[in-house]
Amino acid sequence: MKKKIVNAKIVSNKRIAEDHYEMDLKTAALAKNSLPGQFVNVKLDEKATDPLLRIPLGIHKIKKEGISLLYKVVGEGTDLLRNKKKGDQISLLGPLGKGFDIKKENEAFVIAGGHGIAPLYALTKELKKNKIDTIFFIGAGKEKHIFCADKIRKMGAKVYIATEDGSLGFKGYVTDVLEKYLERNKLQVPRVTIYACGPKPMLKAVAQIAETKKIEGQVSMDEYMACGIGACMGCAIKTKDGYKLCCKDGPVFDIKEIVW
Amino acid sequence: MDLKIKLAGITFENPIWVASGTFGTKGQEFEDFIDFAQVGAIVTKTVTLLPREGNPPPRVVETRSGLLNSIGLPNKGINSFVSKELPELKKMPTKIIVSIAGTSLKDIEKMIKKIPENIMPDAIELNLSCPNVTHGKTKYKLTAQDPQATEKMVKIAVGTAKCPIIAKLTPNVTDITEIAKAAKKAGAQAVSLVNTYAGIAIDVEEMKPVLGNVVGGLSGPAIKPLALKAVRDVYNSVDIPIVGIGGIVGGVDVAEFMLCGAGAVQVGTANLIDPDAHKRISKEFEKYLILKGIKKASGLTGKLKGGRTA
Ligand SMILES: Cc1cc2nc3c(=O)[nH]c(=O)nc-3n(C[C@H](O)[C@H](O)[C@H](O)COP(=O)(O)OP(=O)(O)OC[C@H]3O[C@@H](n4cnc5c(N)ncnc54)[C@H](O)[C@@H]3O)c2cc1C
Ligand SMILES: Cc1cc2nc3c(=O)[nH]c(=O)nc-3n(C[C@H](O)[C@H](O)[C@H](O)COP(=O)(O)O)c2cc1C
Ligand code: FES
Repeated sequence: MKKKIVNAKIVSNKRIAEDHYEMDLKTAALAKNSLPGQFVNVKLDEKATDPLLRIPLGIHKIKKEGISLLYKVVGEGTDLLRNKKKGDQISLLGPLGKGFDIKKENEAFVIAGGHGIAPLYALTKELKKNKIDTIFFIGAGKEKHIFCADKIRKMGAKVYIATEDGSLGFKGYVTDVLEKYLERNKLQVPRVTIYACGPKPMLKAVAQIAETKKIEGQVSMDEYMACGIGACMGCAIKTKDGYKLCCKDGPVFDIKEIVW
Repeated sequence: MDLKIKLAGITFENPIWVASGTFGTKGQEFEDFIDFAQVGAIVTKTVTLLPREGNPPPRVVETRSGLLNSIGLPNKGINSFVSKELPELKKMPTKIIVSIAGTSLKDIEKMIKKIPENIMPDAIELNLSCPNVTHGKTKYKLTAQDPQATEKMVKIAVGTAKCPIIAKLTPNVTDITEIAKAAKKAGAQAVSLVNTYAGIAIDVEEMKPVLGNVVGGLSGPAIKPLALKAVRDVYNSVDIPIVGIGGIVGGVDVAEFMLCGAGAVQVGTANLIDPDAHKRISKEFEKYLILKGIKKASGLTGKLKGGRTA
């Protein structure tokens, strides 16, 4: 699949929850080639050298006329992004990496931690297009950081929510809910595939559950990146076959492959 | 506009090359973005005698106008490189410069001997200066921090290779001209200045270094003024062709390095930001030459007015 640098017009850039924003971009060319789980490298300023590098963001929605990104403001780069206005142009490099490999015969357990939900929305849309039964587990620190739940329910997925402070849904981690669900439903080596994205400790916990319950799965990993295209070897992820590149061999990896 | 330059006895179509470690192993990541025939030369990712897996992550982090990396030379070793990558590289419509590094004179000799004559690269860049690996048999961390070690290693390379040797030096020295002199004395046909500057980035939240290897090498616009000085110093005191490297992100940066004395330049970090950076930088450089009424790119080298410092 050909990668491109496109100048996309910002259709909207809105706050959707505390610290979280969604940016809608008009770029049919990029949308056409994008798959759920892939990401784009976003240039924050065409001329400035600070910030210098592009920032990687998962593709949140794939539509006919463009894509959208969902991001959390965590530092200078994402803060600059927050201040971009409707009508501004922004340079995107993508689509990058390997996306999710949808297992059509299996039920889907989608597990999101924090802004890890970003690429899982596009995934769920694709799962539903393939008429796959989907259970969506969302975890965050607090109620204010839970978003997208309604949109995901509307797509026909069953949604379970966990917050660390108990302000919404179960009190605890999203993996606690997952474990409870598995216990209660006594799945007998079910035909299930896990798709997960979130902070590393969460993914590690998911991997442990998947291993004990013998459920197959895929995780979308996050590592510091420079080029995003496999040219600098900067985004190494430790796997059972040695280091692999998050931007090129991933960001989606088989859950059994990762050395946590 | 005549962009051709001659350096180390080779004619290059364009003085702007791409730097080792910033253009993949074979450049295939860039084929959607760049016409390789327009690239002066591709300097390949440094290879070593034996395979290396590289440093623990994180390996890259952005700092003010810079990129700090501790990649650690992951590569599959020279055997794999000459059998798989080099034959394909040689088919590309540009000059191929193979970067090698070793911790001993024997390593270097063995590696060069493994390059088959029918796929001899246009030149070899001897990486004496990667801050992410420790070199043996010298009291310094890097070969290019020790004039004697530099001289010995370059001499072995020159004596073994059937193509020109370019010595890539570290700027982490008291006096880079001393090292350049040693390289020249040993027969290097050119020097590449500079590799990255050693540095550290801190995560204040966790109160620990960001990089898995603690120390990394700084590249990008942040180092340009320092790299320009290294080029100027060597140009003023050693009679050897210079390939200027460090923080080039635009055509004007190329002109600056050439004015200071570089015969050619390499673009590194910029490739990692925009895979089509070389194309834009070349265009901007041509525009500069036109604006200044300069007909030949080669005419720019060393034309900086006044200011002999060293
Ligand atoms: C493949 C991929 C997809 C991603 N998708 C999304 C997404 O859809 N939505 C989203 O909000 N974020 C996503 N991220 C993370 C996002 O790229 C970073 O949050 C962003 O680059 C931070 O930039 P900044 O300049 O705002 O922060 P900085 O000022 O650079 O850093 C702020 C803090 O975040 C840490 N940090 C920065 N980058 C990373 C990183 N890559 N990994 C771990 N820690 C980091 C820094 O150490 C620092 O503590 C993704 C990352 C990757 C690799
Ligand atoms: C990610 C990365 C990897 C690098 N790997 C190598 C390498 O393998 N061998 C080498 O000689 N230099 C390596 N370098 C150094 C560059 O070739 C160049 O000397 C340096 O980055 C300065 O130029 P720049 O500011 O244009 O990037 C690397 C630099 C970066 C950023
Ligand atoms: S970010 Fe450069 S290889 Fe992955």
